[in-house]
Amino acid sequence: MYMYSLEHTNYLKKRKKEKRIITTFRILIIFIFLIIWELLARFNIINTFLFSSPSRIINTIIKLFNTKELFKHIGITLYELLISFSLASIVGIIIASILWRYEKLSKVVDPYITIINSLPKVALGPLIIIWVGASMNSIIVMALTISLFTTIINIYTGFINVDKNYIIMLKSFKASEFDIYRRVILPSNILNIFSTLKINISMSLIGVIMGELLVSKSGLGYLIMYGSQVFNLDLVISSIFILGIISYIMYLLVDKINILLKKKTNYL
Amino acid sequence: MKKVLEISNLKKYYHTMSEETLALKDISFDLYEGEFISIVGPSGCGKSTILSILSGLIEKSSGTIKMEDKTIAYMLQNDSLLPFLTILDNCLIGLKVTKNLTKENKDYVIHLLNTYGLGDFINNYPSSLSGGMRQRVALIRTLAVKPDILLLDEATSALDYQSSLAISEDIYKIIKNEKKTLIMVTHDIGLAISMSDRVIVLTKRPSEVKNIYQIELDNKSTPINNRKDKNFSKYYEMIWRDLDVHV
Repeated sequence: MYMYSLEHTNYLKKRKKEKRIITTFRILIIFIFLIIWELLARFNIINTFLFSSPSRIINTIIKLFNTKELFKHIGITLYELLISFSLASIVGIIIASILWRYEKLSKVVDPYITIINSLPKVALGPLIIIWVGASMNSIIVMALTISLFTTIINIYTGFINVDKNYIIMLKSFKASEFDIYRRVILPSNILNIFSTLKINISMSLIGVIMGELLVSKSGLGYLIMYGSQVFNLDLVISSIFILGIISYIMYLLVDKINILLKKKTNYL
Repeated sequence: MKKVLEISNLKKYYHTMSEETLALKDISFDLYEGEFISIVGPSGCGKSTILSILSGLIEKSSGTIKMEDKTIAYMLQNDSLLPFLTILDNCLIGLKVTKNLTKENKDYVIHLLNTYGLGDFINNYPSSLSGGMRQRVALIRTLAVKPDILLLDEATSALDYQSSLAISEDIYKIIKNEKKTLIMVTHDIGLAISMSDRVIVLTKRPSEVKNIYQIELDNKSTPINNRKDKNFSKYYEMIWRDLDVHV
């Protein structure tokens, strides 16, 4: 094994120590939070009917798990998330590419995309339900209205901001538009596309939950809605808790892919 | 010598919503096979515009360009190496785009890279190269498509003075070895005299040809040595006067 100098060994130790301290504090925060919450509930300082408690949440999740309801609801939410995320990503990249290729078209539709993007999508909810029907389809459409336009705008912006010199260089070889797209625009935008997808996945989750709150008969959004209607706040808070875990797992996944991608693109 | 290019009365307007600018008023010159000519002129006079027109990047407004059946390649001011491609792939991009990527052409590119000191970097990415090396890669990328005529736009201006001298030496050797005909645009009078057979001096915008100098040195050798020639400063003074620089 390669031996480092004493100074470097100390440096590594210091960095590792720092990392340990940060991890410890992260875990500590959630533990302290849960303990205080539990204690407040046990000593009746907060109303557990309204605020629930960690132990009641665990019980609720176990009950859901035992009735095999838990994975059904998580599965449906994830399924809707996957469909709307993939659709938004693929359609978004295609539309951004078309807009890049046809500059005049992009100028024509630019104000419309901006308006639609800044519109609060919840406002479209009732319309979508009536047009598409109270089914999973309207949930996916709702998620799309939220994530698609951001995707288009982000990716298109990345496309048109590619250094003009690269394009002139290719044009000096009489390159076709498709060559420019394939050899410069797309590869220059790998990191941009990925960071857009990262935003897209959380936008899609917002859209899916919003859709489920409005129409569905299953999924985590439905559990939250149902729980609040029957005043079962344990169920509501448990569902939110599960959503938090799902978001965190998604974050970890995306982060892992990000690290891999950074390694692959370390030439930049 | 054979005439390969004849430019007469070239004129170019640039248009914006608010105005019309005459960049090139009347440009005429010839280019002979194997010749190295430089175009110098005050900044903003439209030197690069001439190359852009010749390479087909932009349209001329009027005038004629007569060219023998020759291919032209354009080496831009900026090296524009794609950061996500290796040095070899960067050099092959012209061949890929023009659909000429044959085994033979690829071997030629590898040969060029080896010959001009980049053999060890074939699989490296551009970020690991110095400015001078990047410029050499850009030149090889331009040579890869085997052009008859090369257009060079301020090939050394992005570099510091020493690197610029060294790379001009390299470029000169490469061009002469590969027996290319070349038009170079530069603002650097010394560089132009030290490298070229002829120097074309343009007036300020709207530009015309002010003078054309046949550079005759006592011992014509490489650019750095040419700078030591006693005629060098004579040409330098004449061109300096032509350019009529006021700061």
